[in-house]
Amino acid sequence: MTLENIWFFLVAFLLTGYVILDGFDLGAGVLYPFIARNEDEKRVVRASIGPIWDGNEVWLVAGAGAVFAAFPMVYAMTFSGFYLAIMLVLFGLILRAVSLEFRHRDKSWSKVWDGAFFLGSLVPSILVGCALGNVIRGVPMNANGDYTGTFLQLLNPYSLLVAVTGLFLIVTHGAAWLALKSEGAMHARAVQYRKITFWVCAVLAIATSVATIATVSRASDNVLGRPLGWCFLVVLLLSLLYTIRQMMKEGAELRSFLGSAVTIVALAGIAAVGNYPEIVPARGTPPETSLTVTNSASGHLTLQVMLIVAIIGCPLVLLYTAYVYWVFRGKTKAADAEY
Amino acid sequence: MLSRIQFAFTVGYHFIFVPISIGLALMVVFSERRYFKSNIPADKAASNFWIKLFTTTFAIGVATGLTMEFAFGANWADYSRYVGSIFGAPLAAEGLLAFFLESTFLGVLLFGRKKVSRGVYYASAWLVMIGTLLSAVWILIANSWQQTPAGYKIEDGRAILTSFWAAAFNPSFAPRYVHTIVACVIAGCFVVASICAWYLLKKRHLHFARQALVTALVVGLLASAAMPFIGHWHALEVAKFQPVKMAAFESLYDTKASAPLYLFGWVRDHNGDPEVTGLKIPGGLSLMLGLSTSHVVTGLDSVKPQDRPPLQLVFQSYHLMIALSFLFIGVMLLALIMHFLKRLEKARWLLWLLVACFPLPLIAINMGWAATEVGRQPWIVQGLLRTSDGVSPVVSAGEIWATLGLFGLIYLILFIAWLRIFLGIIRKGPDDVVEMLEAERASAQPAPAGAGR
Repeated sequence: MTLENIWFFLVAFLLTGYVILDGFDLGAGVLYPFIARNEDEKRVVRASIGPIWDGNEVWLVAGAGAVFAAFPMVYAMTFSGFYLAIMLVLFGLILRAVSLEFRHRDKSWSKVWDGAFFLGSLVPSILVGCALGNVIRGVPMNANGDYTGTFLQLLNPYSLLVAVTGLFLIVTHGAAWLALKSEGAMHARAVQYRKITFWVCAVLAIATSVATIATVSRASDNVLGRPLGWCFLVVLLLSLLYTIRQMMKEGAELRSFLGSAVTIVALAGIAAVGNYPEIVPARGTPPETSLTVTNSASGHLTLQVMLIVAIIGCPLVLLYTAYVYWVFRGKTKAADAEY
Repeated sequence: MLSRIQFAFTVGYHFIFVPISIGLALMVVFSERRYFKSNIPADKAASNFWIKLFTTTFAIGVATGLTMEFAFGANWADYSRYVGSIFGAPLAAEGLLAFFLESTFLGVLLFGRKKVSRGVYYASAWLVMIGTLLSAVWILIANSWQQTPAGYKIEDGRAILTSFWAAAFNPSFAPRYVHTIVACVIAGCFVVASICAWYLLKKRHLHFARQALVTALVVGLLASAAMPFIGHWHALEVAKFQPVKMAAFESLYDTKASAPLYLFGWVRDHNGDPEVTGLKIPGGLSLMLGLSTSHVVTGLDSVKPQDRPPLQLVFQSYHLMIALSFLFIGVMLLALIMHFLKRLEKARWLLWLLVACFPLPLIAINMGWAATEVGRQPWIVQGLLRTSDGVSPVVSAGEIWATLGLFGLIYLILFIAWLRIFLGIIRKGPDDVVEMLEAERASAQPAPAGAGR
């Protein structure tokens, strides 16, 4: 285990944490206009994620920061290469953050903030998956490590398929969260959405797997040729089988939520194993332009210092995050909303 | 150049909300402390009021802060490659060690009043404030390293970390941190003071306003009065490590003894040979930096013309910042004296002056930031990398124009919304204690017996 490999794992850990944690509140935001039919229900959706969404988003801040510190070449390539997409994600997250804090203090603009909450949740949910699709598929790069393709090339069928899969995964996760936190009519609706979207997810996940085997053989060979890849595949299969059964039942709210979280872990693990040791593989340009764990890594001392920071920081973060989830456990009621 | 405009705009905007947040975080801790000790509803209402203002501002600070982190990779890819080993680390550390703390316990402050014990709630206020202060540590480490790089070596055209402690505690970090935080405290005190002064003028929430105003005036005066000394400490460091920037502050061309100090002036830049007209103290700069008029101060002539920053902007923003900081001492001192003479509430002009001071510390902070960042030009990392060599090679001007336009639009809408809500909270004022107690009694009743925690 070299330092670079540890950091590959840590970056994957932080970004997976982001998808699991911010995933459900993004999903709740995408479902918001469909699932919440009156002011009280809207309030429950917002209040259910109110105390925690901000902390969830920090996983992205920390993940992006970790990429910057540990693999600056990857950070520079992806953020400048996917410029417009990154900026759209950013605009989405800004609008969403502000809409959540402002909505209840600003009755006259409530429609504006509702719209901002929905769009601000939808756009990142799609584009993050699209970026991941491109990172798995590979992009053309030059010797400086710059992206040499166009914006439209990023919207290739494979990446769009990953984007849609990601969107449905996030929406299912959000529906499972709302089923866990809500009561009455909205709870019934959340269970309904959860059932439908999870089936769509399962179909899309299979379609993505087939597409990966067909068009990105490097990734599928990596997964199928490594024991760890097989581990994640088995976990994925078991979690799909388990979660489908839980999702269909009423009353298995926590189990279906955890089930979709495990499914996300398995998929993220498969993606990471599929790419390793490359982080962003080259496609259409010489293989030595690929950004790998070794050629894109930061200085040795930086990785060491940051590892100490992570060893101190991560357990603390997990500890008090768990505490806050514990404090806000149970069903959310409209009266729990912000004062 | 476009990327610079975009970055300057987005940071400048971000830097309106951050000082208010840091200042208000302090106020939240003060008021929570009072409530924790007294346990009376009026103090709870007061604290809730500050928390509302704080979180409204904090929300924009978070959202616009994300822009900054993304911008390094998106607009400044070559810069990120060059400094990633050093500059990225404090950003990641900020996330792991500070930002998580702030955001998580902010959730408790916003939603947890009824869910956690009073002690935990009070502790959360502290943790949020500590989080904001730690955040500033990491961000300013990163920024200071750009100004006074240390603890690195250049390898394959990239800066590689060789000593964490030397890089983190680089020469400008300590003075910059104290300078920035104290400036944020001043800004926070003026925000609080102007809100309270407005209530006193309108004869509303008098008890609340008097109490908070005294806190703001005392803390504000202490912070403002300390500022010249802190500023001086920072100036000595700049003169030592970034002499060209110091020369630009005063637009001093010749390296010489008895260099003058300008109180104000106008710079005419004759191809890098500036001519300043204005009021000056002869030998003042030499006296300030070396305690003797014979002290030799390095001028702009010490470097080639292409290594000099734009003078007028740096000169004016630096001098405006200093002029404002002395104004703050005067206003705070005057208001506090009048308070002790029990004449403050009758001096309506002074209360109006306090109200009007709301934006001034924010202007001073942005001026100081402009002076220090523009004063470093043409370098993005002092002496190592030029700003023009740091931009992303693949991002087109059209893309930056498009996003700059969108940033302008979204930030304008956010600013209007923030101002409306912020002023709306102020107009509504702290909750009426009687109403608050009744509402609590009403909401406590439907809960089934035995279900409570």
